[in-house]
Amino acid sequence: MLTNTALAVLPAPPGIITLLARLPLRPDPVVGTGKSCVRVAGLDRRAGRRRDYSPGVSVLAGKVTGVADADILIRARGLTKAFGGAIAVDGIDFELSRGEVFGFLGPNGAGKSSTMRMIGCVSPPTGGELTILGLDPVSDGPAIRARLGVVPQEDTLDVELTVRENLLIYGRYFGLRRDVIAERTARLLEFVQLTDRAADQVEPLSGGMKRRLTIARSLISEPEILLLDEPTTGLDPQARHVVWDRLYRLKQQGVTLVLTTHYMDEAEQLCDRLVVMDAGKIAAEGSPRELIAAYSTPEVLELRFRLEQQEQAAEKLADVPVDRIEVLADRILLYTTSGEDALAAVQARGLEPATSLVRRSTLEDVFLRLTGRRLED
Amino acid sequence: MTQAFAVRQLRFWLTNYRRTWQGSIYSGVLSPVLYLGAMGLGLGTLVNAHSKASLGGVSYLAFLAPGLMAATAMQTAMGESTYPVFGSVKWLKTYQAATATPLRPADLFHGHLLFTTLRLAMNSAVFLAVMAAFGAVRSAWVLTTVPAAILTGLAFAAPIEAYAVSCAKETSFAALFRFGIIPLFLFSGTFFPVSRLPAAVRPLAYLTPLWHGVALCRSLSLGTAQPWASALHVGYLIAVTAIGVYAGNQTYRRRLYA
Repeated sequence: MLTNTALAVLPAPPGIITLLARLPLRPDPVVGTGKSCVRVAGLDRRAGRRRDYSPGVSVLAGKVTGVADADILIRARGLTKAFGGAIAVDGIDFELSRGEVFGFLGPNGAGKSSTMRMIGCVSPPTGGELTILGLDPVSDGPAIRARLGVVPQEDTLDVELTVRENLLIYGRYFGLRRDVIAERTARLLEFVQLTDRAADQVEPLSGGMKRRLTIARSLISEPEILLLDEPTTGLDPQARHVVWDRLYRLKQQGVTLVLTTHYMDEAEQLCDRLVVMDAGKIAAEGSPRELIAAYSTPEVLELRFRLEQQEQAAEKLADVPVDRIEVLADRILLYTTSGEDALAAVQARGLEPATSLVRRSTLEDVFLRLTGRRLED
Repeated sequence: MTQAFAVRQLRFWLTNYRRTWQGSIYSGVLSPVLYLGAMGLGLGTLVNAHSKASLGGVSYLAFLAPGLMAATAMQTAMGESTYPVFGSVKWLKTYQAATATPLRPADLFHGHLLFTTLRLAMNSAVFLAVMAAFGAVRSAWVLTTVPAAILTGLAFAAPIEAYAVSCAKETSFAALFRFGIIPLFLFSGTFFPVSRLPAAVRPLAYLTPLWHGVALCRSLSLGTAQPWASALHVGYLIAVTAIGVYAGNQTYRRRLYA
C-alpha cells in the first residue's frame, strides 16, 4: 500500500521529518517517537486541578504545583506482555501526564486491552518497566488501584443488585464510609443521568445505561486516573454520544483519562494525545491534529465506482496529481491538499464515479497509512 | 491489611445474601427435618429393633443425627463453593470488578471463605435446633458439634473453591457431586459405621475428610470423644483446609491476574 513515491510527495511539517525517515515500509513500525513529537494539548490543564465530578459545577483551578516530574502519572519503558509464546504488547514506551486525555488507538488485537490491564495492576508485565503514580504495579497493586478508576471493556456490574447497591458495594471495596458513599452516589447518578433508576435492579437496564453506571461506579473513589477500555464498544450511536458527552465533561473538569478505542472519531474527539497501536507496538504518537498533519493530507477525495469498473478506474487514476492513492475493496481514496481540484482532474479524464465525496483527513487515514489496514475491519 | 480486605469481600456476599436468606433458612430447616424424620425415626424403628448393640447402645436417631450434621456441612460447603464462585468469575464477573479495587485475588478467596464459614455456622446451628426438637440431644456437649461441623465444611469449601475458580465449564461440578460428594455422603459413616464396610475399602473411608468430620461430631454428641482421636480428626480437617487455602491462593491469582 505504502509506496516510496507516496513517501516522497508527502508533505513534511517541521519537526517530524525524523519520523518520516523511520516510517514503516516493512511491518516494523516506529517505536518510541515520543521525543520527536510535540505535546501540545493537555499541558494547559495540567497540575493542581481539584478533582470534582459534580455536574454543572465548574472545577476551579487550584494552585499550580509545577514540578514537571511529579506530573508524570504513568511511565512505561519497553513494556512487554506475552501470553505463552504470543506477544500481546511488544516493548512500548509512553508517558501520561496529569490532566491529559491519553488514548490507545488500534484495531482489535493490537495490544490495547493488555496494556490497560497492566496499568490496572491485574496483569503483571512480562518485561520492561512500568511505574504508576510512582509505584510498582506488581508489589504496590492495592495502593495503586486505590487511586485508579476502571471502566472495563465488558460490563462487570452485579446485575442482581440495584443501581445504588452496585455503587455501595464498590465504595465499600475502597473502604469508604456509608455516608460518603451515599453523598457521592447521589452526585454521580445525577451526573450519569440515572437518578430515577437508583432503586431499580441493574439487569433490565439498557446497554448505554449500564455503561454509564459503570462509569459512575469507577468514579465512586474519586480516582486520580480513570482507565476506560473501549468505553463505547457495543453501544448504539445515540448511547455512544451520551457516553461521549459525559466523558467530555470529565475531561473539562480536568480528570486524567486513559482510554482505548478502535473508533477514530472517539479518539479524535476526546484525546489530547494518543498512540496508534498495531500488532503490539506503537506505530506513532501525537495529538490527533499532529498525527493527521504528519501522516495524511488536509483533504481526501473518496470515489466509489461500480464494482466492475473499479479496477479499470484505478489504473486511469494513477497519473492524477495527488499525493497518494489508496485502493480499497469498495472505494478509492485520493490524498490531496484540495479535494475539489482532484475531483476536477478525475472528471477531466472522463471518469464518472458513482459517488464522490471530499472530506477532511481523519485518524482512520492515519491508521491506513501506518498499517495499510483499516481500523474497524 | 489482608484481613481487612477479606472483610470487605465478606460484606459483598452479605449484601448479596440479603436477597436470598429466607429461602436458605427454609431449606436449612427442611433438610434435617426430612432426613431425621425418614431415616432417624422411620428407618430407625427397624434398626433399633435389631442391632442397637452394634451402634454402641444408642438409638439410631442419636447415632445418625451428628453424622448427618457433618454431612450437611459438607453439602452446604459444596453449594457455596461451586456455582457462586464459578458464577462470580464466569457469568456475573463480579470478581473481575473487584480486582479493579484495592482487593487482591486472595482477598476475594478469603472473603468468600469467611462467608461460607458464616453459612456453615447458620446451617449447623439450625441443624442442632432440629436435632433437639427430635430429642436426639443427650448432653450439653452437643454444642461443640457446631464448630466441629464448621471445620468439616471448611475442609471441603477451601479445596472445592480453589478448584471452582479455575474451572472452564460448570459441568465439572455435576461430576464432582456425582462421583465425589454422593459417595462420601453414603459411605463415610453417616448412616452406618464404617466398620461394616468390607475391610478392603475401609482405609479409603478413613482418608476422607467427611469420615473425620462424622466421627468427630458423633463422638462429641454422644459424649464418647477421646482426646487423641479428637485431636487427630481436628488436625486432619485443619490440614485439608490449609492445603485448600494454599491451592486457592494460587488458583485465584492465576485466574484473575492473567
